[in-house]
Amino acid sequence: MSSTNTPAIQLVGLRKVFGSGDHEVVAVDSVDLSIAEGEFFSLLGPSGSGKTTVLRLVAGFESPTAGAVLLSGRDVTQRPPYDRDVNTVFQDYALFPHMSVVQNVEYGLKVKGVSRSERRQRAMTALENVRLGAFSRRKPSQLSGGQRQRVALARALVNRPKVLLLDEPLGALDLKLREEMQVELKAIQRDVGITFVFVTHDQGEALSMSNRVAVFNHGRIEQVGTPREIYDHPQTAFVAGFVGTSNLLSAALSGQLLGIATPHSIRPERLRLVESTGDASAAGEISVAATVSDLQYLGADSRVRVVLEDGSHLLASVPSDRLVGVAIGGSVRLAWSQHAAVAVVDSDQLQGENK
Amino acid sequence: MKLSWPARIALAGSTVLTLVFLYIPLAVVLRLSFNPAKSVAWPGFNGYTLDWWRKAWESDGPKDALINSVKVAFVAMLIALILGTLAAMAMARFQFFGKNAVSFLMVLPIALPGIVTGIALQNTFSRTFDLGLFSFRVGFGFHSLVIAHATFCVVVAYNNVIARLRRSSPNLLEASADLGAHGSQTFRYVTFPLMRSALLAGGILAFALSFDEIVVTTFTAGSGFLTLPQWILANFSRPQNVPLVNVMATFVMVVSIPLAYLAQRLSDSGSDN
Repeated sequence: MSSTNTPAIQLVGLRKVFGSGDHEVVAVDSVDLSIAEGEFFSLLGPSGSGKTTVLRLVAGFESPTAGAVLLSGRDVTQRPPYDRDVNTVFQDYALFPHMSVVQNVEYGLKVKGVSRSERRQRAMTALENVRLGAFSRRKPSQLSGGQRQRVALARALVNRPKVLLLDEPLGALDLKLREEMQVELKAIQRDVGITFVFVTHDQGEALSMSNRVAVFNHGRIEQVGTPREIYDHPQTAFVAGFVGTSNLLSAALSGQLLGIATPHSIRPERLRLVESTGDASAAGEISVAATVSDLQYLGADSRVRVVLEDGSHLLASVPSDRLVGVAIGGSVRLAWSQHAAVAVVDSDQLQGENK
Repeated sequence: MKLSWPARIALAGSTVLTLVFLYIPLAVVLRLSFNPAKSVAWPGFNGYTLDWWRKAWESDGPKDALINSVKVAFVAMLIALILGTLAAMAMARFQFFGKNAVSFLMVLPIALPGIVTGIALQNTFSRTFDLGLFSFRVGFGFHSLVIAHATFCVVVAYNNVIARLRRSSPNLLEASADLGAHGSQTFRYVTFPLMRSALLAGGILAFALSFDEIVVTTFTAGSGFLTLPQWILANFSRPQNVPLVNVMATFVMVVSIPLAYLAQRLSDSGSDN
């Protein structure tokens, strides 16, 4: 990692509008972001939330309606893609079908005028790093999905870019391969030490791989933080609901249960079942009586759905061995620590102007 | 799937019959071009001779007609490739109102009966257009044939190129730029190589389509210009020229077969990814 403090990527007031007039769509809206050198950074959000557009703005495939893109402190907003020190791994890999695997990998070196012998040697090394040295003469159509993915990775990394952009690169792979590639990608990133910007709609993927995550919704960033911060301290109702599962308490219910009349989020695993007859409230504990409306056995844990007296629903995730005597229709008492409830901003209010 | 023996024999038999049905007439023309007798009575084969081939080579009529046909087909093909490729690139790249209608209008000429196209073009070419400052008339000859043939050749070129572009990932050009290639490098290393075989296949098909066209040609050639199909049609009814017709037909056949094979191979390839 470089010793300078200049971020690898800086996005300043980035805005992108597609179409015009009545068909105007704001894809990215006032995005400010700083990504440090060597970070594994994820852009997480549902489809249409603007995360891929941000990636394309960084790569230079789109030019912003307003704002600036800085790479290592240099303003590249008006620069074409070939004049930016970033490389992209595309969702569909975008391997050139008429070239062999090794020709694909050496393409970036070839157009930059690297000599034939040097580029062939570097391409072969890059292919061996992704364990595809034996496949160099094949055409992309003769490879499996996972192998094509690794070729795309080698083709990008062989250029030694400052930043690697990955657009949902694991989206087309089956679950097992996906999990293998998650580990492999992380290992590659540690080895080469360059900045990875990873676009995904899979919150598990984002949490498990990243140093930091930016959660996107309606073209805006709702929260930036480490996976733990995002999960334990969601700042908005959207983040709480999109990353993991969450019980969202309305302002009214929060006032009633917590004594604070602003919306809160509580993770299901933070709710505990306590004896319904006993005196619940230990210090800093909050408890409430409820009726069980549904039980789902998931092995080690079970999901318990309950209805409160005022008709609102809560979901609790509890160890299955604590379920003795709990049945649908039965009365239970739920308890949680005061710290478990996190105040959140109502995303609808936050995004009101977009609706 | 496992087929019973009788079913297999029936399928093999019908396939062989179809092939025989398709290729016997071609074999007959080939054989007749080397047959001494002018008679077309079956079987009528009585030995081998190269006389008709020599005669065809020495006489100007069929040779001129052949050269005319090649010239028209070549120029019509070039025009078709340029216009068809540009149209295909535009249609593959841009979204606009009425795109489906434009796409349909592009391919309609090939489905239109030749007789309709022929009459329409004949009417247009023979008319004098008065534009106030000047007036002009297209008239008939080599140029009118090229225009007429290009109308349906464009469709073949367009179809081949757009099929290739649709099958290619739209990200390929972005990937090339992302890896550091300038616009001209991307065209040279990615865009053109991707389209090359489609262009060749479309070109061969367009050429073949123009080369044997007779209906539209009849309406748009005028009197002084004779293509090979017109020459064959005119001489087929003259008994003394029938052997020359056989020679020309055989010649065209022998030249077309490898081209047809090549066009088919090229259309199939490049469809991966």
